[in-house]
Amino acid sequence: MTPQSSFMIAATVRAGQLTNLRALLTSMNKIPGHADPDNVLISFNKFDRLHFARFVIIEAKTAHEIKEFGVTPRPWRPALAFLCDIDGDIHTFLVELMELAESGLKKIFSHCEGITEEDQNLLEWMKAHNINANANYVNWIGRTVRQIHEEAELHRSLSTYLQKIVDDVGRENVHALRQKLLSHVEMEKYKGRLMLSPPEPTPTEWKVRNLLHKIGMPLVILLLSPLLLVIAPFFALRLRMLERSEPELFIRPGRNHLTELTVQEDWDVTNQYSVFGDVKPGLFRLLTFKFILLLTDYFARHIYNRGFLARIKTIHFARWVLMDNNHRVFFASNYDGSHESYMDDFINKVGWGLNLIFSNAVGYPTTRWIIKEGAHREHAFKYTQRRHQIPTEVWYKAYPGLTAVDLARNSRIRQSMEIRQSNDAEIREWLSLI
Amino acid sequence: MKKSSDFEFDDLQGLLRFGYGKLTDTCFMLLNIANVDLAKQWLNTVPINSAITKDPPPDTAVQIAFSVEGLRALGLKESVVDGFSDEFIVGMAGDESRSRRLGDVGRNAPQRWKWGGNAAQVPHVLLLLYARKGNIEAWRKTVEGEHFSRAFLLLEELPTLYIGDIESFGFHDGISQPTIDWMQRQSTDIHERDSFSNLLAVGEMVLGYPNEYGQYTARPLIDPRKDKLATLLPNAKNDPAWKDFGRNGTYLVLRHLGQDVAGFWQFLDKVSDHMPQKREQLAAAMLGRERNGTPLIAERIPGIPREDHWNDFTFDQDPNGNHCPLGAHIRRSNPRTGDLPPGVNGFISRLIKILGFGQRSDEDLVASSRFHRLLRRGRSYGPALAPEDAIKPDAPASERGLQFICLVANISRQFEFVQNAWTMNSKFNGVQEERDPLLGNREPLMSGEGTDHFNCPGQSGPMQKTSHLPQFVTTHGGGYFFMPGLRALKYISALPANGSDSHHDEDQEPDTKSYSQFSDSAATH
Repeated sequence: MTPQSSFMIAATVRAGQLTNLRALLTSMNKIPGHADPDNVLISFNKFDRLHFARFVIIEAKTAHEIKEFGVTPRPWRPALAFLCDIDGDIHTFLVELMELAESGLKKIFSHCEGITEEDQNLLEWMKAHNINANANYVNWIGRTVRQIHEEAELHRSLSTYLQKIVDDVGRENVHALRQKLLSHVEMEKYKGRLMLSPPEPTPTEWKVRNLLHKIGMPLVILLLSPLLLVIAPFFALRLRMLERSEPELFIRPGRNHLTELTVQEDWDVTNQYSVFGDVKPGLFRLLTFKFILLLTDYFARHIYNRGFLARIKTIHFARWVLMDNNHRVFFASNYDGSHESYMDDFINKVGWGLNLIFSNAVGYPTTRWIIKEGAHREHAFKYTQRRHQIPTEVWYKAYPGLTAVDLARNSRIRQSMEIRQSNDAEIREWLSLI
Repeated sequence: MKKSSDFEFDDLQGLLRFGYGKLTDTCFMLLNIANVDLAKQWLNTVPINSAITKDPPPDTAVQIAFSVEGLRALGLKESVVDGFSDEFIVGMAGDESRSRRLGDVGRNAPQRWKWGGNAAQVPHVLLLLYARKGNIEAWRKTVEGEHFSRAFLLLEELPTLYIGDIESFGFHDGISQPTIDWMQRQSTDIHERDSFSNLLAVGEMVLGYPNEYGQYTARPLIDPRKDKLATLLPNAKNDPAWKDFGRNGTYLVLRHLGQDVAGFWQFLDKVSDHMPQKREQLAAAMLGRERNGTPLIAERIPGIPREDHWNDFTFDQDPNGNHCPLGAHIRRSNPRTGDLPPGVNGFISRLIKILGFGQRSDEDLVASSRFHRLLRRGRSYGPALAPEDAIKPDAPASERGLQFICLVANISRQFEFVQNAWTMNSKFNGVQEERDPLLGNREPLMSGEGTDHFNCPGQSGPMQKTSHLPQFVTTHGGGYFFMPGLRALKYISALPANGSDSHHDEDQEPDTKSYSQFSDSAATH
């Protein structure tokens, strides 16, 4: 199995370069916000390990909101962030990036501080500017871009062939149908039209680290549990105090801002989402935030790594990143469906989870006991998430037209094909997926 | 215990409570305001039917709704207008991103509409007249009165024709409707709404009342200390110092949908090898009901009145769509889902469901229905054409279709969501390459993937695939309107001319609020 990794290279944009940078990034797009996969600066489709990529100019448009807490906003200079979700390790991917897109990357990053187009150390610079996420979510750990393409092709081929033969063989004659489909696949493989690569061996180092993390975290929490128990009542008290006293901001996003965001949406079945805001002031909120993100990361890594994040099955990749010395938070996700349905899914299905995480950020609707209300204050929630959303200048998805549910189905089709199926019900179920 | 007489039915336009089904003849007019003063005079006297029950029921009815341009033309201040939702202000065709979301692309594109497609020229007023058979012309004369033609410019008289309880394709129509919980008896708490209920909070349909989130939907509120005229209006229930311009009003979504009835039946006949029974079966599978309205699901659920026997079912027992295909029209437009997937019977199983465990990868994909319901009030147009006649090559050609009308308190969460996430979505509930078999456009995805299939899952295994569905329904026009409560209508007709405001000084505090402020000044005028 090839595990996924992600990186986020972020750097401050040079003074006066914002407009140029934006224009340059726009030149990579075919339609608003969507990269031409074969653009001259970075030909994303040359990278067969790349799932998603995006360039975002992170601007603190809502920085003033923290004034409601009696805190002076911290200065923030616009930063450029380059995010990728990839198969395998970061280092070799960055090297590959350098090989195939060095000049394009230099052109882009030279709008940032600390690097010019003539510099020879771009690789080192990128590594130095990589920020690790506090929590990272991968829809299906181990599913590679290559596998996704191969399985999609398999499904297409099976589906077309099944259509062709189903009436002759007979709908009820499931064993014969299966047999014919299997031979069809073998033939297609032989002709080189289908490919089903076996999974690569899982890197030992990753296996060890993953196991240590899996066992280590609960162990540490277990060891700390007496302490946590002692803290709990004070935590609850302080939490309720803050929930009652913190200002709730109920500010409607402007229509121009909304237009900037929606013009990039609903071109494909998947959309991107980037949001940036302030962490609520005070140590209590910061520690709570960090602790919840630690848990989120743990659950995403070890439990929610098989196609669902609690009840949500529409997120491909997501990450939470604390920035600016823990004063601000950036969240990015790639989700299926329209923005409205994404938000409704969030509220109705995992409102509690959203509350746990984002109630520690400025502008989030008031919660009760950290999991109640919050997102269920529909208008306040929808306003705040749109207000804090920032446009994504360039976005790339390696498999347009496919939702996370499609990917899961394609994998199931392949798995059921590769195992021996003797029982009628199993074969029927397999055929029903095609 | 609240009684039904406690509800302010006298301030509601009747359409929120009645479909006026007995009043079979209708005249739907799109108007522009030609003379503001005369229009207001007329508005002041027009006998809009309220939602009070009358015995005997009325022989005629008149209802009215305004687009944002209409409200502006009548002098509603921009600060009040800003209290409305963005969808209403921008309009159905006012933003390409919205058109993309609604499936108004290709043949449905606003540039090709008969009306409403030019965002700069949306009709001001929608006037709906209802009368018993044969009486509509007389009623129209009565309603219009003397100065109507000077007050208004008639832009379009939308065709409507009563052809019985069916819509143009020939299916029994108007069965699935929410029952409005006028007495606010049902809890909206997420802990008590695990499974589907057809009873719906008033605030989902009427502004100024708690919705299914237990919240008040944003709407224009006016400070009566600054605007004396506002004393005409009801108080805002969640903020009694303010007057509520939206209370007892609703948004009215109108879509002029052309239906290719002959094309529909001829296609079905062709793919059914000209076998009438097979043709009917496929038609029923596409709709999710037989033509007489019988649902393809036999299961009955409690909580829905017995007399509503075509409506008391859910799809819980048919997760794979073996009885009613997942992509069938009624399953898309009202999936009858609860807040949690079926099978909760205690704290532990509840927790397991909430955390997302114990579900197949293709289960629990659809949002909870109660946040996405529509109150439908449409009327069909064009002469009836039975399937047996429609399949003949010389089937009488005629414009046929539906003036689709729905009433909602939140256009984006209700109408636009249903249209986008359920009807037009080629990935709805995990289906493959299909949009709504009846309503959908057939535009391929950006990736080139087709959307013109219809799949019937079956017990035997392989899906029954129908390919190359033509587009049967085309959007010819549409708009978002606001249907005010009767006191708000009085306020509108009493507005000072040209939106000028003698009551307050612009430099003072704002005298209105949309229940919130905008985050950028670009949105305010």
